Amino acid sequence: MNIFIILLMFSMFLCLYRVGKGPTAPDRTVAIDTLGTLVVGFCALFSIITGKDLYMNIGLSWALLSFIGTIALAKYLEGRSFDE
Amino acid sequence: MSSTVGLILLIVGITFDVIGAIGLVRLPDIYNRLQAATKCVTLGTCMILLAVLFYAGFNSIGIKALLCIWFILITSPTGAHAIARGAHKCGVKLWEGSVMDKYAEDSEGAEDKA
Amino acid sequence: MKRFVHFLLLLGIWILLTWSLNWQDLLVGVIVAFIVDLLFSDIFPIYAVKVFTPKRLFWLFIYVWVFLYYMVKANFDVAYRVLNIYMPIRPGIVKVRTRLKTDMSRTFLANSITLTPGTLSVDIVGDHIYVHWINIVSDDPAEETEIIVRRFENLIERVFE
Repeated sequence: MNIFIILLMFSMFLCLYRVGKGPTAPDRTVAIDTLGTLVVGFCALFSIITGKDLYMNIGLSWALLSFIGTIALAKYLEGRSFDE
Repeated sequence: MSSTVGLILLIVGITFDVIGAIGLVRLPDIYNRLQAATKCVTLGTCMILLAVLFYAGFNSIGIKALLCIWFILITSPTGAHAIARGAHKCGVKLWEGSVMDKYAEDSEGAEDKA
Repeated sequence: MKRFVHFLLLLGIWILLTWSLNWQDLLVGVIVAFIVDLLFSDIFPIYAVKVFTPKRLFWLFIYVWVFLYYMVKANFDVAYRVLNIYMPIRPGIVKVRTRLKTDMSRTFLANSITLTPGTLSVDIVGDHIYVHWINIVSDDPAEETEIIVRRFENLIERVFE
């Protein structure tokens, strides 16, 4: 199981590289969105290893919250108000 | 038996996750990066969650994994759509090797009329 | 009627999430579902309930399998393009036309386009969808529409229209 954790950490570091380097703001937003989905996968992996449903609860909440964050960032990029 | 299927799903899912992350770093502009990130990472994470279902069976963990698959399949393309639209509206150009951009042509035409 | 369906749906999700039929959990679930129902029932799309007829459910079943097939194919396509040293991409934004009318079927069409090989929906204006395509194979709008939209349009029309 350790090799799976290492591979997921590796892809998270690739996303973090894109967050740091990304020439424009939308590039960083894409990387943040991808990072959120990867964290859900990480929680699922932990719930397999430990066999507890606590990690699945965290993953479920994280999926919803990261979606709301992505939509808010996209609206901000679009330069419009949140009322529309 | 079911744990073998779970292990195979886990390996394939994590491979797709890594490929999506590599695509996020390698591809040239934001729209291509969105394609790689959205498709590969969505399917990869869904496969990891399906592996949870195979490992745990139908109890509180497996049902939560199924609900999580449903949420991700609905929210991930919607988020990608919102980011692509926002990026185009805030003026990110396509990669110089791109062939055509009907969206920019049409929105410029609309601004000329107005 | 609309509120009752919404309430039952919320209570069902609550029971799935807690995964217990203890009366204390059920009581909390009823209270929470009632409060959420009072606050948000006006944005619940009630016409989605009409999917639950045998004919539409049959087409929904077929649609799910076609969608999964194209999704796996899309992933191998992206993996090929990313891992290839020369990156054989020819990207651009094209404009395709759809004949679907309701919001729900358009949402499903746009999400299906995003998760299938090489395409990403960017915006919907009127009847036209702007699609970012990673490898444009033709410059003819009719042929683009044929390739991108026709995979799903017929199925989604049978399920959600």
